Amino acid sequence: MTRLALGGITHRRGARTVLAGVDAAFESGRLTAVIGPNGAGKSTLLAIAAGLLRPDAGTITLDERAIRAIPPRELAAVRAYLPQSPRAEWPVRVERLVALGLSQHLPVFGPLPGRWRLAVSGALARFDLIALRDRPATRLSGGELARAMLARAVVGEPRVLIVDEPSAGLDPRHAHEAARQLRALADDGCAVVVALHDLDLVSRIADDVVALKDGRLHASGPAEAVLTEPTLGALYDMPVRVDRAGGRASVRFGD
Amino acid sequence: MRRLVLPLLTLAILALAAASLLAGPVWLSPATVAAALADPQPSLARLLIVEVRLPRLVLSLMVGAILGLAGAVLQGLLRNPLAEPGLLGASSGASLGAVIAIYYGFAASAGLATPIFALVGALVAVGIAFALSRTGGTLSLILAGVAVSTLASAGVSLALNLAPNPFAAYEIVTWLMGSLADRSWDHVTLAAPFIALGATLLAFTARGLDALTLGERQAESLGVDVSRLRLLALIGTAAGVGAATAVTGAVGFVGLIAPHLARPLVGHRPGAALAPAALIGAALVLAADVATKIAGPALDLKLGVLIAVVGAPFFLWLVLRVRQVAP
Repeated sequence: MTRLALGGITHRRGARTVLAGVDAAFESGRLTAVIGPNGAGKSTLLAIAAGLLRPDAGTITLDERAIRAIPPRELAAVRAYLPQSPRAEWPVRVERLVALGLSQHLPVFGPLPGRWRLAVSGALARFDLIALRDRPATRLSGGELARAMLARAVVGEPRVLIVDEPSAGLDPRHAHEAARQLRALADDGCAVVVALHDLDLVSRIADDVVALKDGRLHASGPAEAVLTEPTLGALYDMPVRVDRAGGRASVRFGD
Repeated sequence: MRRLVLPLLTLAILALAAASLLAGPVWLSPATVAAALADPQPSLARLLIVEVRLPRLVLSLMVGAILGLAGAVLQGLLRNPLAEPGLLGASSGASLGAVIAIYYGFAASAGLATPIFALVGALVAVGIAFALSRTGGTLSLILAGVAVSTLASAGVSLALNLAPNPFAAYEIVTWLMGSLADRSWDHVTLAAPFIALGATLLAFTARGLDALTLGERQAESLGVDVSRLRLLALIGTAAGVGAATAVTGAVGFVGLIAPHLARPLVGHRPGAALAPAALIGAALVLAADVATKIAGPALDLKLGVLIAVVGAPFFLWLVLRVRQVAP
């Protein structure tokens, strides 16, 4: 059982307060969607949760241990982080790109320990990349690259997975496919945190929702409790209709 | 195929090294070279090989290797195929140091004054670049390096402008062209420790550079300390390229081209490209030096000039080809 807890997170960029006193907790087996308008502080919150950005105030603990006290490589073995629109800087093969997700398990010199060599093939298979394994990563389509990057993120079998906007730039089929994979990872016991704009997708996969507005916690809790007309309407400053049919919410904005 | 890259490059270097010992104003036959090396009795051939051609050979290998290595590290670190070792200010700092030594006449009074001043100049220039960029990221490091380079170049121009006599100006210009002629074991002894230190620091960046294929954020999430990586690259380049420039003068293009040639050989992995880039750099400088020797003392073709004349069109071709290959 893994628990990543954020308490009273406040972060400023220059004079602007990006996050103000945000609390959140992410647990094994649960998928938490972070939602909110552009500029609400979703990406900043995710980077702070990943331990990559030090907040001006607040605590981040992973299993009751301050995240700052965990050595970077040890942390990398436990949590994986995927930023928004990741791209490959060099035309390395897809297989190599995915294997980079095991960097934290590499010794300073010498090859990868045996237990991890099979992990790459497993991740390639899981994300339907076997046919693309020798393709240079810079020549993948948007959907293929997104899959390869997700495979990169999960190849090290993280206990916490933090993904920023995995569906950005993906067509509906690939967006749903990515969402399905994230849901499957949570079902396998991973604590998954994902920033999403597509609320239909959120209602399809999320257990919990954290809604941010102007750097403050607007609402948080189980998905069905947050994805309601009054909460979403206030969150996006827009009229919204939520239809629940078959246990799944469908969200429509506008009159 | 990839397993053969390093052995094949080593073989090429050995062949070039042999050619380098044979070539010169006086051509020696392989038998003469072998006999002179095997026979401890002092002879003209032995003197020529041990005191003139061998230090020159060793120096060209060291200089070429560190230029190729530093170029590969900086291109990987900055994720920019146009990065080269001079970017952080090491080369122009060294040039300014050497020019100061020549300008104020230290060079005339002490034989190694020029390389020592150049080495100090390189370290000071990179030190300033680092101090300016300490709080910022990679981009501020590039900007600081460019700023320091520009300042140092301005200093060189100023020295040329104010040169007391045409001879001083000529000497400065000659040094700036880069050459391996008339270098001795003293130069090797001066440069070797710094180049070895630089190469060691740069070699430790390999794993981090591989992770940087995913960008800085993802590399950090994988446990790579990007600011430590930047520091390793910076100090390694300052020591290694500073020392190389100090003993040969400014030799451009090698650090730019060698990584481009190395990357396709290793599937474009920036970390794996370090060793082949170093070997290719060594081979390039050695080949260019042999070519200047074949051109003969009458022509007195300078190493830096030859590399630039051949390197620039080659680089142009490379850029056009990359544009076709890249998406």
